[in-house]
Amino acid sequence: MSMAIISSAFAAEGEQTTHETVGAGEAHHEGAFPPFQTENFAPQIFWLVVIFGLLYVLMSRIALPRVGGIIENRGAKIASDLGAAREMQSKAQAAAAANDENLRRRRDEAQGIGREAQHKIAAETAKQRELAESQAAEKIRAADERIASAKTQALANVEQIAVDAAASIVEKLTGARIDQAALAKHATSSN
Amino acid sequence: MNPEEAAAKSNPIEQFELHRLWPFEINGVETSFTNASLFMLLAALGVVALMILATSKKAIVPGRVQAMAEMLYEFVAGMVRQTAGTEGMKFFPFVFTLFAFILIANLIGLVPYTYSVTSQIVVTFAFAIVVISLVVVYGLYRHGFGFLNLFVPHGVPLPVLVVLVPIEIISFLSRPVSLSVRLFANILAGHITLAVFGGFVVMLLGAGAWAALAPVPILAIVALYALELLVACLQAFVFSVLTCVYLNDAIHPGH
Repeated sequence: MSMAIISSAFAAEGEQTTHETVGAGEAHHEGAFPPFQTENFAPQIFWLVVIFGLLYVLMSRIALPRVGGIIENRGAKIASDLGAAREMQSKAQAAAAANDENLRRRRDEAQGIGREAQHKIAAETAKQRELAESQAAEKIRAADERIASAKTQALANVEQIAVDAAASIVEKLTGARIDQAALAKHATSSN
Repeated sequence: MNPEEAAAKSNPIEQFELHRLWPFEINGVETSFTNASLFMLLAALGVVALMILATSKKAIVPGRVQAMAEMLYEFVAGMVRQTAGTEGMKFFPFVFTLFAFILIANLIGLVPYTYSVTSQIVVTFAFAIVVISLVVVYGLYRHGFGFLNLFVPHGVPLPVLVVLVPIEIISFLSRPVSLSVRLFANILAGHITLAVFGGFVVMLLGAGAWAALAPVPILAIVALYALELLVACLQAFVFSVLTCVYLNDAIHPGH
């Protein structure tokens, strides 16, 4: 395809040259295809050598060492950052492990303290209860005694009252005085 | 625009003409500064802008252009290392300069009204001669006459060698020609094709009712332009890969 195009281009060039020989003013080298015009070689080679040579010097002295340095620096930076991160991570892991261990120890300690406190409180409570119970028992006993004595006293009073009442009844009815002692003796015996 | 001017504009060869912008000579050799020199300079300045100005900040986190410069660097470095080995890295600056210069020159040449430096056989041939001279000089310096092993493939029986060695020699000698003509012809043909299709547009526009067909060659130009972008990059790549392959021969001549 490109061959056909080049040949058509040559054909077009042929037209162009005939056209130029007829009219155009510019000095052209007839029939010569510009890339093959030998008088164009020297100026191109001269400037190519100058420009490419300068470019080579600039690239090899400045640009490539610089870009290489940038890439190398970045690699080193990434590697060192990764290393630092890895170190930090292992440190953090160690700290976490230490923390866990500490926590576990503290928890055990706290549980021990709690248990001890519980025991102490339980013992204290038991003692208090014992004391309170014994005091209460003492009080109950005293109260029972008091009740019993009050009862016997009250019963005794009832007898006396009955004897008195009987004596006064007899006196009212008969007008005779009754010996209270005998009455009391009788009352107790009649019981 | 009268028809004559239109025809002159559509001449596909005109774009390759050299215009002496600053004529002068040194010791009788013409060294005029021409439009070709101007675009060589622009290509070189483009490379400098990309590789030196854009990297001046030396940023750890690169900007866009610096990233491009680094990509180009790593691309060429990888290419040299793969084809010519670690030892080939001593030619890295040369291959890089060659690749970057040809690439930027090709790309600049695709901008309308510019000049394609690599469409001149003398330029591509000069590059090829430099490459081949480098190969020969380094090969002889490094291996002495052992470099001539290049022409003697290993493990081939003697009768075959009689035939093979001349073929190897001819193929070696044709390298500068194939290397330079490949780049030159690709760029030249591409530019001529673009200009021819551009000429079709002008012709159709000047042909009355046929002007309705004028968009067709324009579409063709768009497609060709995409192809030419590919060719511009590909030919720069091919030129430098072959340079690496030839340098590899100089470094390891024993096949």
